[in-house]
Amino acid sequence: MALTGMDIFKQLPKTNCGDCGIPTCLAFAMKLAAGGASLEQCPHVSEEAKALLSEASAPPMRGVTIGEGEYALKIGEELVMHRHEKTFFNPPGLALLVEDTEDGAAVDAKLAALKEATYERVGQTMRADLVAVKNSSGDANTFSDMVKKVMAGIPYPLVLMADAAAIDAAMSAAGPAKPLLYAATADNLDAMAELAKKYGAPLAVKPASLNELAELTTKLNGMGLKDLVIDMGTRTLKETFQNLVFTRRLALKKKQRPFGYPTITFPAEETADDMMETVHAAVYTIKYGGIMVLKDLSPEKAYALYVLRQNIYTDPQRPMQVDQGVYPINNPTEDSPFLITTNFSLTYFIVSSEVEGSKMPAWLGIVDVDGLSTLTAWAAGKFVPERIAAFVNKSDILDKIKHKTVVIPGYVAQISGELEEELQGWKIVVGPREAADIPAFLKSFQPVTA
Amino acid sequence: MAIQAPTESYTGKIRELILGSDTQVAVGGENTLPFYGFEGNIPNGPKIAMEVFDTEPVGWADELQAVIGDVWGDPVAWAKKCESEFGADMICLQLAGTDPNGANRSPEEAVATVNAVVDAVKIPVIIYGSGNADKDSEVLKAVAEATQGKNVVIGPAVEDNYKSVAAAAMGFNAKVAGETPIDVNMAKQLNILMSNLGVPVESILVDPSTGALGYGLEYCFSVNERIKLAALTQNDNMLQSPTISNLGKEVWKAKEAKITQAEAPQWGDQKKRGIIWETLTAISVMMAGADLLIMRHPESVKLIKQTVAELMA
Ligand code: SF4
Repeated sequence: MALTGMDIFKQLPKTNCGDCGIPTCLAFAMKLAAGGASLEQCPHVSEEAKALLSEASAPPMRGVTIGEGEYALKIGEELVMHRHEKTFFNPPGLALLVEDTEDGAAVDAKLAALKEATYERVGQTMRADLVAVKNSSGDANTFSDMVKKVMAGIPYPLVLMADAAAIDAAMSAAGPAKPLLYAATADNLDAMAELAKKYGAPLAVKPASLNELAELTTKLNGMGLKDLVIDMGTRTLKETFQNLVFTRRLALKKKQRPFGYPTITFPAEETADDMMETVHAAVYTIKYGGIMVLKDLSPEKAYALYVLRQNIYTDPQRPMQVDQGVYPINNPTEDSPFLITTNFSLTYFIVSSEVEGSKMPAWLGIVDVDGLSTLTAWAAGKFVPERIAAFVNKSDILDKIKHKTVVIPGYVAQISGELEEELQGWKIVVGPREAADIPAFLKSFQPVTA
Repeated sequence: MAIQAPTESYTGKIRELILGSDTQVAVGGENTLPFYGFEGNIPNGPKIAMEVFDTEPVGWADELQAVIGDVWGDPVAWAKKCESEFGADMICLQLAGTDPNGANRSPEEAVATVNAVVDAVKIPVIIYGSGNADKDSEVLKAVAEATQGKNVVIGPAVEDNYKSVAAAAMGFNAKVAGETPIDVNMAKQLNILMSNLGVPVESILVDPSTGALGYGLEYCFSVNERIKLAALTQNDNMLQSPTISNLGKEVWKAKEAKITQAEAPQWGDQKKRGIIWETLTAISVMMAGADLLIMRHPESVKLIKQTVAELMA
């Protein structure tokens, strides 16, 4: 349970020396309780009090890192129930399930395809994050071999799903760095805790109830294990969804420390239907999943889930933007039309998608207007002749085309006269208002070449 | 330590609207967040209206052609197929053909199509104009008059035509969907304006606009979610109308849903790609609070129905 300002105040020296930058100990305590200060700011607090109070300054949901280095995945540290309140912070991990009973060649092919399914969208790299290796064979050697095989095939961090003995065997044979060990239950708690300590690895906890979850995480905490991930153990969409809401609320709204950990979910074990598996993962991406383990991450499913995750975890305060510049679409030549629009990612996607769909080659000029759509940017004085002219002049478009015709969005037709004055020697053409009409426009439009 | 399930309760409730006449369908009515059945009552759950167009679609994705290509030149056959084969809760007849920049069909022609469709099915019908505000007010007025007694939904009423569309709905006892561009306050404002004109709140649906997956979904998600939170936690009467999401047309113009496998091998199986794009868009708006989803592909509809069934089991 989180401490109140008064709880904290009792532990402070009460000298009101002001060294913390705040005039009184009481005011400092209040600020600390509200999350607006950190305990390190008071140089006079006793070690004993520090241990007691560090809990109060810890985030309500712990951040847990799986793996090491470039491919490490950090989940947790979420602060809100709804994304518009602040932002959903650490995007959840998508994991591919590999069972050690699967055919070796098939696993190689799956891993190669998974690695291959890496995409770029609005400047972000999108890919899967983890591979979950499951000891379905029941044999420790088979499991070890499969772990080795997966490590050789892909650099992503692992989730090791096996009993303590099999995990220990796989880990001692040059196992992966900081895999997520799955899972500690009431029955094997000590053995799994030992392993997590031995290998410095995060540990999944699988209780039978919310009550048992509190008991298990409290116990593990007492053993010094803090990097925990919760699996509530339910395997239906309804129950898993409910538990994700409950654990998130207990952690964030009730400030119950035993629930303050990210979660792991198993769409792979909830349905045999490949499409429904994607749907379950989508539901958990939207509400409160930390990791989703799937059997099928084929590109058509994976790409949609990556985009969904990107959308949901976008900072709600900041419009998504694309970089200013001139983008070639459909292999344009020096005679191809030159169109401009704004750098609001939505605008960019819709326009570029229509141009692409038209199969007509074109150059698309993206003007930096702080990520606003055309009309909004024009109204805000950002998508205006001076700015557009400056962009055109600064760009290298004249190295690319031999005409001097620029197409502007129909919504800002009113600026065409002024833009013509700003852009001496250029012809300004007013394009369609709606992106959907771009293909028809491009089919009949040809810039005049001098 | 005995942990109590951390349930919450809400002061507000979404209005329940009964649509249609032969087979009636109720939408809204919930007093909790989407699928939070553990702490509230969700009498209806999200409903699905399947799209039917008045004119034969051009340039639609191959996998749509494969399932509805046989009927898409005939709105009546298309609507019947949605009702009997695809399990649609409702039909959403999109009068794209009335667009002055397109086929520019007259209000009379539109009425003929609407009547034929409304008579052919028992389930409720939603009639959406082409999105051209001026033309829509003309067309929707004629449509409301012609369908009086059928308890249809007409829309979208927008800032530029809500007076005439609302008057048509009021005069002929239709329900009306008010559409505003991805903004909570604008959605509320349009609702207030229509109420002030005398439209009973029990006749209004809110359409806060939809961005497809990858194309503004995040904005649309949060607007839907904030509308539901305001309705439930702040008891905001003007945001307690059931919400509608016209998502099919947004999804199926995304290149991820349309492009062929040959053109985009990196995006995987074309047969499933568009269906997944529509399904995940629908999942998102429904998890954010949308009460009525306008959808296009029967497979996506099936997946959403399955999801709703699982979540409400
Ligand atoms: S530095 Fe510590 S002792 Fe001094 S006023 Fe701040 S809290 Fe009190």
